[in-house]
Parts: sequence; structure tokens; C-alpha cells
Amino acid sequence: MTLLRKKDRVLPGLSITLGFSVLYLSLIVLIPLAALVIKSADLSPSEWWDTVSDPRVVASYRLSLTTAFFAALVNLVFGLLLAWVLVRYKFPGKRIVDGLIDLPFALPTAVAGIALTTIYAPKGWVGSLLEPLGVKVAYTPIGITLALIFIGIPFVVRTVQPILQDMESDMEEAAVLLGSYRARTFFKIILPDLIPPLLTGFALAFARGIGEYGSVVFISGNMPMKTEIAPLLIITKLEQYQYGEAAAVAVVLLLISFVLLLLINVLQRWSNRRLRSVKGG
Amino acid sequence: MKTFKNLRVILIMTLLVAVLSACGSKSNSNNESSSNSGASPSANESGKVPDPIELLNVSYDPTRELYEEFNKSFALYWKEKTGGKITIKQSHGGSGKQARSVIDGLPADVVTLALGYDIDAIAEKGQLKADWQKSFEQNSTPYTSTIVFLVRKGNPKGIKDWGDLIKEGTQVITPNPKTSGGARWNYLAAWGYATKTLGYDEPQTLDFIKKLFNNVPVLDTGARGSTATFVEKGIGDVLLAWENEAYLAIKEFGDKFEIVTPSISILAEPPVAIVDKNVDKKGTRAAAEEYLKYLYTEQGQEIAAKNFYRPRLQSVVDKYKDQFAELNLLTIDDDFGGWKEAQAKHFSDGGTFDQIYKPGS
Repeated sequence: MTLLRKKDRVLPGLSITLGFSVLYLSLIVLIPLAALVIKSADLSPSEWWDTVSDPRVVASYRLSLTTAFFAALVNLVFGLLLAWVLVRYKFPGKRIVDGLIDLPFALPTAVAGIALTTIYAPKGWVGSLLEPLGVKVAYTPIGITLALIFIGIPFVVRTVQPILQDMESDMEEAAVLLGSYRARTFFKIILPDLIPPLLTGFALAFARGIGEYGSVVFISGNMPMKTEIAPLLIITKLEQYQYGEAAAVAVVLLLISFVLLLLINVLQRWSNRRLRSVKGG
Repeated sequence: MKTFKNLRVILIMTLLVAVLSACGSKSNSNNESSSNSGASPSANESGKVPDPIELLNVSYDPTRELYEEFNKSFALYWKEKTGGKITIKQSHGGSGKQARSVIDGLPADVVTLALGYDIDAIAEKGQLKADWQKSFEQNSTPYTSTIVFLVRKGNPKGIKDWGDLIKEGTQVITPNPKTSGGARWNYLAAWGYATKTLGYDEPQTLDFIKKLFNNVPVLDTGARGSTATFVEKGIGDVLLAWENEAYLAIKEFGDKFEIVTPSISILAEPPVAIVDKNVDKKGTRAAAEEYLKYLYTEQGQEIAAKNFYRPRLQSVVDKYKDQFAELNLLTIDDDFGGWKEAQAKHFSDGGTFDQIYKPGS
């Protein structure tokens, strides 16, 4: 880095690149988001508050946030496992499995939702096996979580995979040679390096889950107060031409997500710094 | 050093062009319809018609099959009449969503939606005149439909009328009235039945509707979704459906289902209208008018009846009278005071439908 003089950077100077970044970000992200906030300002403060504090709306926030959280948690554990297997082992068909990971990104979410519902509905292949055990998946929060796990899995795998790939096995070998147990090696040597990418993957999957609509509406059953997700309520309000109310609900959802993502970000920085100080010392 | 300077100049130029074009396209997006039809604005002002004519019919979900057949027939008729070529594009989706697209600039020549309420919403934005419903015969509704029950073969739960739907252990499938136009007809039909049979007592009527919706395990967002839940996923004992959707299901899987006609239902009127602003801009008013009028002709009515919509023309009604059971039909105008009132009372936030799901009830 220091070998290059400031003038000789590949891309032209800061003023141009920064200018472009700000413009681009404004057109693609900031202006649409500002429009959302402005639209929600159509309402008077009391109308605004009534809209966003309605018990049904609050119930939908709670549902969206908890299902997205648990789905991201499941993806955190099993995404790591998947990435591990893909990086550390050789087996026939590995490339195919690796390619499969990205499919949830490519598949239209409605198709995923319909497929999952068909399989997990009380009369579906898996649903009919679970029904006698008293486990209902489709039309319950479990079904919503399942759909969110499906769409969230690539986030964790794809953020962890490259870090795992770069990690050299020297340190593990050294740890084992020095008489460390397997579990100890994993928790003391491998996991600390993986925490930042795992948190990133978690945050991405979580954020995606909060806003997910297409795959969820089919499997959730959409029962008010029980299985009605926040994005559906937003669509419902649009359907009644209540743009202001819809924007208000969306703004609150955005704010909650933003705070949560910020928290995760802080956590990530903190773990990064701790890691560096541990390694440095 | 000199090459760097050149590079910088080029980059700045490129950026400027990008910014300008971005701004340009942004100011255009507000009136997208005008840029789409902008090819012949001068032609329109001098009263000329674009050639070949292209119409866009923005409709709701279950009319897909109907308009595929109808458009072919109309194109032939148009050719015979004028010698010109006409192509009609179709757009289908949830009725409310379709109306929103037109409000936001989808250049529809005609709209054929599930509810007058949705067309009113477009009229409110000034894209067509407020009294659009008087433009064509029969309340601008060339065909009607009603709400019937679809049950599994042999009717194992013995469902005959609305009263059977509130029994414990009966599962009813209907879409959500807040997101589906068709579901609003379902809801109002049930409401009308309860009102009449419970002696016009509102609390009792609400209680009836609450019991009915407590028997609903899944609220899909649209009519096609509910049909799939009932037919393909095998959920529920009875599906509340548009009559034409019920017939389509029977046509497809005749041996698995049967139709039950309740004693009282509602006259569902999916109306049609010309979007004034768009046809005037494009110069397609004459064609659009002819298109909608053709729905009322013998051929148009025949196609509607073949697709299980109830025709209006007496000769076609007589021909298909075995297909459509006679029943007592409520109407939105006489029994519910029109769409504005019905919407405000039942489906707006805090309306009767929301009261069903109030916490603690």
C-alpha cells in the first residue's frame, strides 16, 4: 500500500470516487428511503402513532423479528457446518453441493414458498408424517421460520467459506501437536477467527428474513395476531390505498432493523478488535 | 503524467453524462405513460388513430381464460368491421394491485377489475371520470358472478348453506378480504345471509361472521391462492369461491369436488371502464369503446357464459340457464349502500372484519 504514492492509485482521486459513491448511494438507496419517510409524514402524529401501535401491527413486528432471529440462528449453526464440510473435505459431487447453496438466491421466493407449503402442509409428504406426532409446520410460526431458513442459508455459508479457506491448518496442527483436545482446538483456535464472518452472515440472514414476503405468505396462513408477518400488513395497507399507513409501518420496521443491525455491527467490531489484541499479544 | 490528466478528463465527462442521464430519466419517470405513448402525440391531437392499434386490458386474476378467448374474437370482429389490425395485451393480478399499477402510470386503455371500488380509486386520481359506472349498460358490468361453495366429493360434512359453516370442526377456506377483491364478495355474501336470517340484528350478525372466520385456518392473499390451498393441498372442508372459479376447479378435477349453492348469495359485479386519460393520449378511445361494447354483444356474452360468468343478454341467459342455479342474490347497491359504504363499514381499518381479530376476542 505504502509503495504506491497517493497520486498513483489505480482509480482517480478521492474527490471523484467519493462524489460518485455519494451520488450513486443517493439515487439507489437514500432517495427511495427518504421518499418512504416523507410518505409516512402524510399522517398526523396521532394517526401515525395509532397506525404503528395497533396491537395487530405490533404482533406482526414481534412475529417477523422472532422468526427471522431464530431462522438466522439456525443458519448460523448449520451454515457453519455446511461451509466447514465444503472447505475441509473432498467428496464426490462436492461442486454440485457447492452450487446448490446459491439456489435459494436464484429461485423466485414465491416458488420456494409454494414448494415448502406443499411439502409441509398437513397432507403433504413431510407434513403428513409430522401431523401424527402433533407437530404442525405449515400455517404456524414454525413454517415461517422454515421458509426464512431456506432463503437465509447462502448468507452464512458464503461469508464464512472464504475465511475458512484462507485459514491455514498450521495452527490447528500446532495446537493438536501441543496436546490440545479437539473441542479445545475448535473453540480456542478456529472459532475466534470465524466470529466476525459468522456475525456478518447472521446479520445478513436476519435482515433478509425481516423483510421477506414472497416465500412466507404461502406457508404462514396469514392469520391476524397469530401468523401475520409485518410485510404482509404493509401490503394489506397498500391494497386499501393507504400509502401513508403502509409507509409508517415500513419506517418503524426499518428503524427496528437498523438498530438491530447496528448492534450486530458493534458486536462485530468489538470481536474483531479483541481478536487482534489477542493475536498481537 | 499527461495520460493521467487525460484519463481524469474522460472520467469526469463520463460521470457528467451519467449524472445528466440519471436526472433526465428521473424527471421522465413521473409521467411514464406519456413517454410510452409519446410516439404519436401530434397524431392524436389532429384526431388520427395510431396504426396498428394496441390496447392494454388491465384485469384481475380469474379472468385470464375469459379474455384470452374474448380478445381473439374481438380482433376478428374488428378486422371485419374496419379492416384494421388490433392487438390486445392482457395484464392480470390481484384487483387492488392492478388498480395501483394504473394509478402509478401503467398505460391501461381499459380496466376490467373485480370491484367497482378499485376503479373508483383510479377515478379519484383523475384518470377517468367520477361517474364512469354510467358509461356502459348494466352499471358497466357486462357479466356477473356470484359466490358459491366448493366441497369435497360426496359432501362429507353435509354443507348446504351458510349456517353450516359456523359449526365446530368445519374448516372454511377463503382469502383475506383486505387483500383480495373476491374475498370481499365472500364476506358480504355471508354478512347478508346472517343479517337476513338473524332478523337484522347487528351484534348477532357480527358474532356469526366471527364464528365463521374462526373456522378459517388459512387466509390466502388472493382467490387463486385459496383455490390452490383447497384443491391442491387438500386443506379445509369448504371453499368460498367465485362461481366461475368453482366451475374451473370442477372442469379440471371433476371427480373430486362438487358445487353447493347456498340459499342466499351476492350478485358479484366485476365492472369495466375506459381509462380516459390514457385513451385520449394514445388516440385509442374509439377502439377501447368498441372493445367494451363487444362484451355486451351476443358473441361476447356467449364467451362470458362459456367461461362460467353469468351473462346479461336474455337470449344467452336462456341458452345457459341449466349452468347457473337460480338463487336469491343480494346486491352491493341495494343491500350494502354501494362500495364506498361497504368498504368503510367492513374492510377499512377498524371495520367489522378487523373486529373479528381484536385481541382478547
